[in-house]
Amino acid sequence: MDLGALKQVEEFSWTLPLTAGEERAPVLLYGTRELLETMDNKVLEQITNVARLPGLVGTAMTMPDAHWGYGFPIGGVAAFDAEAGGIISAGGVGFDISCGIRCLRTNLDLDAVTPKLERLADNLYRTIPAGVGEEGHLKLSPSELDVVLKNGARWAVKQGFGTNEDLEYVEEHGCVPGSDPACVSDLAKKRQRGEMGTLGSGNHYLEVQVVERIFDEAAARDYGLRLGQIVVSIHCGSRGLGHQVGTDYLVTLAKAAIRLGIRIPDRELACAPIKSSEGQQYIGAMNAAINCALANRQILAHLTRDAFSWVIPEAQLETLFDVSHNTCKVEEHPVNGRRKTVYVHRKGATRAFGPNHPSLPPRYRDAGQPVIIGGSMGTGSYILAGNPESENHAFASASHGAGRAMSRSQALKKWRGRELIDELKRQGILIRTRSLRGAAEEAPGAYKDVDRVAEATEKAGLARRVAFLRPKACIKG
Amino acid sequence: MLAARPDAYFDHDADIGIIGRGETLEQAFEAAARAMFGIMADPAEIRGETPVRVSFEEQDLELALVTWLNGLLAAAREAGLALGRFSLRHEGASWTGEAWGSPWVPGRDRGTEVKGATLTMLSVKQSGQGWEARCVVDV
Repeated sequence: MDLGALKQVEEFSWTLPLTAGEERAPVLLYGTRELLETMDNKVLEQITNVARLPGLVGTAMTMPDAHWGYGFPIGGVAAFDAEAGGIISAGGVGFDISCGIRCLRTNLDLDAVTPKLERLADNLYRTIPAGVGEEGHLKLSPSELDVVLKNGARWAVKQGFGTNEDLEYVEEHGCVPGSDPACVSDLAKKRQRGEMGTLGSGNHYLEVQVVERIFDEAAARDYGLRLGQIVVSIHCGSRGLGHQVGTDYLVTLAKAAIRLGIRIPDRELACAPIKSSEGQQYIGAMNAAINCALANRQILAHLTRDAFSWVIPEAQLETLFDVSHNTCKVEEHPVNGRRKTVYVHRKGATRAFGPNHPSLPPRYRDAGQPVIIGGSMGTGSYILAGNPESENHAFASASHGAGRAMSRSQALKKWRGRELIDELKRQGILIRTRSLRGAAEEAPGAYKDVDRVAEATEKAGLARRVAFLRPKACIKG
Repeated sequence: MLAARPDAYFDHDADIGIIGRGETLEQAFEAAARAMFGIMADPAEIRGETPVRVSFEEQDLELALVTWLNGLLAAAREAGLALGRFSLRHEGASWTGEAWGSPWVPGRDRGTEVKGATLTMLSVKQSGQGWEARCVVDV
């Protein structure tokens, strides 16, 4: 990104000053000069377009891991006021609705797992359905799926996939309100019929990781983390149902924008007023897809426990937290000194509630909400903790990943899947994948430096680092 | 004759841009579909014995491209197929397409799943040499 037009606000935040006669809300880009310079100019263009949407509250923002997306930039955060003509945007949520990370902490240390790591990776690979076209073991009828879409992870637990304790550590306790399965097309439900309990492909993964560094002892204690401990992270979303909801409503919202005379700077920002019939239908379908994703990750957590138990019978895996990073949620935030209900779009951004937030389980009230920044398969991931509202001015949002530094085709020119997997093995990281090409596209070098992203996230006041997790085995789609 | 390859790609940070070119609008849309499904599986490995059909009403050419591509994705997933051959006709706002594929088999995929065609970098243009259709697909 060319920083010439930007003005540095603080050490880790930048803005684009308004030009004469320009009508839009302010924009704020979080990150270091170095991180911003690696971003495509499209990131600035896209977030500036978001700032022109009706009903925007406060500032349109990008997180330190931002990159060029569709409609909104990935890493984009924007809140809208329904009472002021605010909009809902399918591109502001993403096609993989409620894509997120379930993190499980174990009672195992690296020393105990290392001799069994090959077997564990193989067993996870066999147990977790992954890859394009791969189906799960569950086959749900449309009426059964409607129950899933209403009840989310609670449905999965009721079916025996996990425990009630898991639900305490999932956003909204595993089930968002406002789901309307009637707003989800029959086609979307058909696509999900065989996809419950599947990982997917691309950047989705299941990773066995070790806690290599602790930054915040007190928060780590609250999260049940210690050095050398094995944890598992599962990154996936709402699968075919979410993808179909996204595509179904993209054109619907694009036409609604025209019909309702909404001035949007680019067609890719297809949106409708929150209070319009199209907006309400999308919200009902999106919430259904969020519940689908929460149920999906609950099933995968259960399958993970199953795979562990065959190799390490004494293994216990507890949910540390489950947080989504492609959503729009109705939340209360301080706006101009008063609390206001707003619709917060987080497209590739993680919710990061601070200490004492009423939605948090009692165990995390002191530390704040766990925030998970998933890195590449060769570098590592971070667990952070949400900051108080006085420090986080981004509608309680933070980064979600390392963010791509180069396109998939550039990565394919630079790396070969087999060589990459062999090199990672030499570094002590086992990769199990159905696709060597997919592995090359996801090469660690194709991503930004996750250490820089996590550091910038902390120094910008968005969330504070608690622990660094080093990958030991990665199951990819 | 078209000098450029009918189905091609352009770079995007996280996702992938697809291009379809043809002497007619329909050929350009068919080539765009080949480009999109080529992300997921090698078209040369798909025998294409099983058909699926996609039909829709759309006056706007750009939205028609997105609707065509997303309709194919949904039909392919519903039928459990990797698609490799495409045919499209249109009269005014009425579009009728057919595509042929083979069942997904382990190892066929290229490790990337297209979630949907987006409105980003979306364009359908006629040039001296024919038509070009392009957009970014979410992977």
